[in-house]
Amino acid sequence: MISLLDAGSGQSAEKLIKMATTTSTENSGLLDVLLPEFTKETGIEVKVFAKGTGAAIRDGMDGNVDVIFVHAKAREEKFISEGYGSYRLDVMHNDFVIIGPAGDPAKIEGMQDAAGAFRKMTAAKVKFISRGDDSGTHIKEQALWKASGEAMKTEASEIIKKGKKHALSFVYPVGLGKRYISIGQGMGKTLTFAEEKQAYTLTDRGTFLKYKYGRKLGLNLEILCEGDQNLFNPYGVIPVSPKKHPHVKFAAADRLARWLVSAQAQALIGQYKIAGRQAFFPDALPVAE
Amino acid sequence: MDFLTDSFLSAILLIWTLNHDLLVIVGVSMKVSSISTFIASLLGVPSGFLIAFSEFRGKRLVITLLNTLLALPTVVVGLFVYAFISRRGIFGTYDLLYTQKAIIIGQIILIVPIITTFTISAVSRIDDRYRKAALTLGANLMQTARIIIREARFAIMTAIVMAFGRVIAEVGISMMLGGNAKGFTRTMTTAMALEYDKGEFVLSVALGTVLLCVSFGVNIFCNYFQGKSRL
Repeated sequence: MISLLDAGSGQSAEKLIKMATTTSTENSGLLDVLLPEFTKETGIEVKVFAKGTGAAIRDGMDGNVDVIFVHAKAREEKFISEGYGSYRLDVMHNDFVIIGPAGDPAKIEGMQDAAGAFRKMTAAKVKFISRGDDSGTHIKEQALWKASGEAMKTEASEIIKKGKKHALSFVYPVGLGKRYISIGQGMGKTLTFAEEKQAYTLTDRGTFLKYKYGRKLGLNLEILCEGDQNLFNPYGVIPVSPKKHPHVKFAAADRLARWLVSAQAQALIGQYKIAGRQAFFPDALPVAE
Repeated sequence: MDFLTDSFLSAILLIWTLNHDLLVIVGVSMKVSSISTFIASLLGVPSGFLIAFSEFRGKRLVITLLNTLLALPTVVVGLFVYAFISRRGIFGTYDLLYTQKAIIIGQIILIVPIITTFTISAVSRIDDRYRKAALTLGANLMQTARIIIREARFAIMTAIVMAFGRVIAEVGISMMLGGNAKGFTRTMTTAMALEYDKGEFVLSVALGTVLLCVSFGVNIFCNYFQGKSRL
């Protein structure tokens, strides 16, 4: 009886995999279009855990999930080189935009240069909401602040890891001081916070469109700066390596990863529109496309 | 095991070096929770007295309702207050959302039922003969109330300490109404949730250890206070 039950649960377990992804893929609604198609085709169900990129990668390192779908290329490559991930496939990209109140006190509307926009925001002393959660968006924001050449201040806390002291640092622009608000939450929450305070923030386009046009009471904030090469945001999918964590369902995770770059999924990504606007750009299409 | 020792050592290091961030976080938590407990006590203790001593129709219903509110989930309070104070809400113009005041408002709503219910039960438990004796000896209503308070003070104090424990440990209201802004509304519990989200479990557990220490300290203080007043 017990062995029968075991066999049953084992089989159904193969049909269910866990994926850690970023809040931006989840909040934008894209997964609600992609995953049901995948399940219909393969019978494999995908349980989604949406977190910041840092936590999603951490889930992969701890073997809590079978596959990760994130956007922080340097970290993803490290994840693979350290043996946690088996391989990485480019799936798609979207881009970041700087949004702010329609009145635009910092006068950055129509700018393309993101670092320049950050300088103007500092000069105008506007409120800026930061994700502050170690996510891909947060990492991008920090890189842009660095590129802007504004004076940055680092606050470090020491903790102990593997018996050794480690410093955790928090970097913020001195020029903004208390107007730089780090909230440590997901993209959707950050947008709500920025809307509430009528402040500026950096967001991925998909989540912003969803929150601005996909709801009854949409945001009043507007896209003010877009189109900079530095605002490019590539997403990759990585099945967790069965060598590191033998219990992961590699076969099913592998199928999901390969399906995401298939012509069918890529077409779905390209067609996915939020309020009539394309949010994600497929990266794995044949060149002819 | 490494993970636990690391966390524990980190906690000691954070406290030992009087880490600035940590002090700010603990400070925000203590300030917000103390203010909300104080105001909730001012509201809850007198209401408890009133309900316990007055006879009115529907008294049982009121007590049942209050008992139900003991199980009030923090997210429900959060949502409810959010709807009122967000920019699109009735009190939107006061710019209350994502401030410490917002957390305090939510926490007061959360614990007033706790303090009221426990005051009711503390006061009801006092033998009715005390009250009658005081009244026959010529005490007026205020004096009678003072006598009852003296008799019920430990139970009321326990209710207040419990309410404080509830607010300093809750995360739903602080997150939804405070917004976890670093240096302004980041409390010990929201900081822990954040570090967990970032995958920094060590710091999260370290903060948890600090939170327990703080609660321990508050309880020792209250114990001492109760012990003194016994003399």
